[in-house]
Amino acid sequence: MSRSIALGSKGAMASLAYRKTRDRIVEFVLLLSGLVAVFTTAAIVFILLYESSGFFDHVTIREFLTDTTWTPLFADAHYGIMPLVAGTLTVTGVALAVAIPLGTIIAIYLSEFAPHQLRETVKPILELLGAVPTVVYGYFALLIVTPLLQKVIPDLPGFNMLSPGLVIGIMIVPYVASVGEDAMRAVPRYMREGSYAMGATRLQTALRVVVPGAFSGLAAAYILGISRAVGETMVVAIAAGMQPNLTFNPTEPAATITAFIVQVSLGDLPHGSIGYQSIFAAGLVLMLMTLVFNVIGFFLTRRFREAY
Amino acid sequence: MAATAQLALEEIRRGLGWKKQLDKLFVILGLLIMIGCLGILAYLFLDLVRDGAPRFGWKFFTNFPSRKAENAGILSPAVGTSLIMVVTALVSLPIGVAAAIYLEEYAPKNWFTGIIEVNVTNLAGVPSIVYGLLALGLFVYQFGLGQSILTAGLTLALLILPIVIVATRESLRSVPKAIREAAYGLGATRWEVTKDHVLPYSTGGILTGLILGLSRAIGETAPIITIGALAFIAFLPPSPVTGQFPFLSFEWLHSEFTAMPIQMFNWVSRPDQAFQSNAAAAGAILLGMTLAMNAIAIVIRYRFRKKINW
Repeated sequence: MSRSIALGSKGAMASLAYRKTRDRIVEFVLLLSGLVAVFTTAAIVFILLYESSGFFDHVTIREFLTDTTWTPLFADAHYGIMPLVAGTLTVTGVALAVAIPLGTIIAIYLSEFAPHQLRETVKPILELLGAVPTVVYGYFALLIVTPLLQKVIPDLPGFNMLSPGLVIGIMIVPYVASVGEDAMRAVPRYMREGSYAMGATRLQTALRVVVPGAFSGLAAAYILGISRAVGETMVVAIAAGMQPNLTFNPTEPAATITAFIVQVSLGDLPHGSIGYQSIFAAGLVLMLMTLVFNVIGFFLTRRFREAY
Repeated sequence: MAATAQLALEEIRRGLGWKKQLDKLFVILGLLIMIGCLGILAYLFLDLVRDGAPRFGWKFFTNFPSRKAENAGILSPAVGTSLIMVVTALVSLPIGVAAAIYLEEYAPKNWFTGIIEVNVTNLAGVPSIVYGLLALGLFVYQFGLGQSILTAGLTLALLILPIVIVATRESLRSVPKAIREAAYGLGATRWEVTKDHVLPYSTGGILTGLILGLSRAIGETAPIITIGALAFIAFLPPSPVTGQFPFLSFEWLHSEFTAMPIQMFNWVSRPDQAFQSNAAAAGAILLGMTLAMNAIAIVIRYRFRKKINW
């Protein structure tokens, strides 16, 4: 009997060693694929540091951080990153002023008030807002939102930071809403029941029990929104004008870090020139800003984590 | 005494009534905001279709970009985008699925696996333009791939890798342990269990992830601009199918290209009104494709979820 099995499945039995070896090889290939993620991160850090090291041979860190003009492509070149940072922060600020309240209200509504069926239907549709190509949002900001705003603020220039900021805000609402909702649904049911038993209404429970309980998750949602807004490129490149401008006034035109990188890439800069290197220096600052927000987020999340 | 108690009760009831009204107001507010957001999406799409309507026609699809707005078409950007998507899908699918299988089915729980996981999460949050800088420094100059379709496809593949990995892991995780145990019980090796039992059940989730990733990639403009793609390309890449043996050519991988979002960006940036209606038409097509891909992904996910009864 055992013989016939051995004979019948000769291929399978005789090749046990082969199958095991094959397993090893497959595992190794799979591991290599997993390492692609690690290599990508390492390559990003390496390329940014390597290419911008040439930039910082020409420009001192001090000049980079304290000069108030950014004109790396002009004959009279100045290399102060602050105008770009100010533009980035202003646009991000406007976007958050839209996305945080709207996203949080939607999250509370979906998690605490909406019937199950509605939530399951609305969520994927809402996520489409985040899937719209950003160049389309740029068109929207420049040709629809700005003319509308000009009716309210008559002397608003055609390029300004307000309109792209608002549009980016709409764009990141689904991220905030979706992550926020997940966080609130993770708050255990008994905490709500306790609140209801004390006679609290749904809204009171939502605002005073669920939201504080989910604060660490909400903070993560906001940080995700900030990262999106800081890194958003096309909307600002199209609708904010590409003039570096040291201002925090959203009704003025300005450039962000990302818009500057696009502007330079549209031209034809020789590899190794200071202009070429400057976009990597700008990219490095962008990564550092994202990193800072993520670190803040990490500590906020830890500080306010509620253990259930 | 009883009268004051009665009064106090009245007071509480009135307060409670008001609080309940607030509940209803909040529901209305939440609904309004959601309808508003969806309304913006609908308005955006309809506006693009309306403004681009005069351009929709056979010529728009068969003409090259042109200096004259009414003659300009999207032939080369549409072909460019399609070819880039082919490269992106062919690169990100195997690597993403393999990485996900490793993390979900093979990886031991240790610091090394932890590093890979943290990297995947972080990459999902890296701004897309940084991928463009990576590609410019690494693919274009270090590897000497130039400003080609291959470079663009690889860049976008890296960009959507986290999406594919996360989606694949989720669908692998949803396959019950019992299926694996049963296969192990019959003497299957780990790879046989994965290949013959776990993967077939996860196909729906993996496809969903890939389509969502591609729908993200198709609209990405910034990284492709950063690697130096041009908007004016009045030729098509060499055909992948040739008349002579071996009938296949990979010349097109190294061809210069343009893509739909870049073409749209180029048209939006022109002050000329006529070009803006080109931009609207291109935008309508781009947005339509993104929405369609998302819809397909949702349908696939729903179908597979319904079909499988553990």
